[in-house]
Amino acid sequence: MPWTKACATQDIDEEDLIRFDHGGQTYAIYHSPEGDFYATAGKCTHEEVHLCDGLVMGHLIECPKHNGKFDYRTGKAKRALVCINLRTFPVKVEDGDVYIEVP
Amino acid sequence: MGKRDYSLLGPDATRAVETGLAAAAWYHTDVPRRGMKALMQREDGPAIRDSVILYGCMIVFAGIGIALWPGWWSAPFWLAYGVLYGSASDSRWHECGHGTAFRTKWMNDVVYQIASFMIMRNSATWRWSHARHHTDTCIVGRDPEIAVMRPPQFVKLIGSFFGIPEVIDFVPRIIRNALSGPTPQERTFVPESEWGKVRRVAQAYCAIHAATLALALWTGSILPLMVIGLPRIYGAWHHVLTGLLQHGGLADNVIDHRLNSRTVLMNPISRFIYWNMNYHVEHHMFPMVPYHALPRLHDAIRHDLPAPDTSMLSAYRQVWPAFRRQLRHEDYFLKRALPPTAKPYREDLHRISPGTPVGPATPPHALPAE
Repeated sequence: MPWTKACATQDIDEEDLIRFDHGGQTYAIYHSPEGDFYATAGKCTHEEVHLCDGLVMGHLIECPKHNGKFDYRTGKAKRALVCINLRTFPVKVEDGDVYIEVP
Repeated sequence: MGKRDYSLLGPDATRAVETGLAAAAWYHTDVPRRGMKALMQREDGPAIRDSVILYGCMIVFAGIGIALWPGWWSAPFWLAYGVLYGSASDSRWHECGHGTAFRTKWMNDVVYQIASFMIMRNSATWRWSHARHHTDTCIVGRDPEIAVMRPPQFVKLIGSFFGIPEVIDFVPRIIRNALSGPTPQERTFVPESEWGKVRRVAQAYCAIHAATLALALWTGSILPLMVIGLPRIYGAWHHVLTGLLQHGGLADNVIDHRLNSRTVLMNPISRFIYWNMNYHVEHHMFPMVPYHALPRLHDAIRHDLPAPDTSMLSAYRQVWPAFRRQLRHEDYFLKRALPPTAKPYREDLHRISPGTPVGPATPPHALPAE
């Protein structure tokens, strides 16, 4: 899969995320408290709500609708109401830009 | 206009899915991301403080009630204990179910389990029922937590102030849950992976209530039941008094919380018992904002909301006549004026009325102005 430029590193505050739409799909790009970047599918696996309005706490993203939580580093579902893991995507940072490997 | 069918397996439920009312994208007031992040931040401090006050008061009131039992001087202490048991547990169940009361997960979970038991709601079932309430708030056939269905049943409504219909529903339901897991209706919103938990929780509840009843029979006194079980009846009135205002008399089958939810300013004691759920439009619009930040959220978005009712009395002055009018006109509801600074109500999909076929020939469902 090709690498696609999603944003600049300074576009995302630490411990926060943004939405990134590409190729008819929606993704979430995260900036962890340690300064690392991660990418997941953009919608919650419970009821297809955009995660971009949710809250990042450490390495967890909380869905804004029902407060289900995922570890955005692994996509693992961590708190009901989410039971299905979130898809994750490889990320790299080059020259101050964040790239994700997506179809 | 046809009758509303509130069954989760009925024709209105099917219609809501077919028309896109179910799981729709709801209206949200624009709040800058950094401001919203600040409002969503979790803390343990406020909920620890409130829990120490709540459970401390419960121990003191129950202790004095037991000491003065069976004298009438114990009555005020039971009444106070009952409200904390049978009403404050409703808001603790609610807020900890969202996972927003505490920052620390196990604290949310412990208070959630205690509160669920006290308010007589299976903790494994109601977590999912409340999720549906947030996905499909007041959507007929989809929302399992509509407190006042149309036309209102006043006998049931008054009985709710004493927890009577809820306890009558709870007893056979929890026994059935303990024996065979969720009911068919509950299985429409509880995923299969949780059915075993529903059963285990029900078995635990049955065991505690059976032990309390056995102790009462053994001692020949209702005192054990005054501490566990009966407060759900004699202390329910406050959570019904506040809870009816959440959506009572307002629109159903809409996708704008400003049309179906109500914010009411209240006295500090009621707000403590209710854990700020009087800011109900705000809570539904942004359910990840913890209870202690709701007053700040209210200040941030009040320009886009109908003016809050200034007291419970003032709210009931509108709600009660609306309930009475819905006896004869099921489709009647209160539509409150928005301030000039607000964006217009989101009224797409509102042409779909419960109990009527949906199609191009369906006349628009006019929103009566109040």
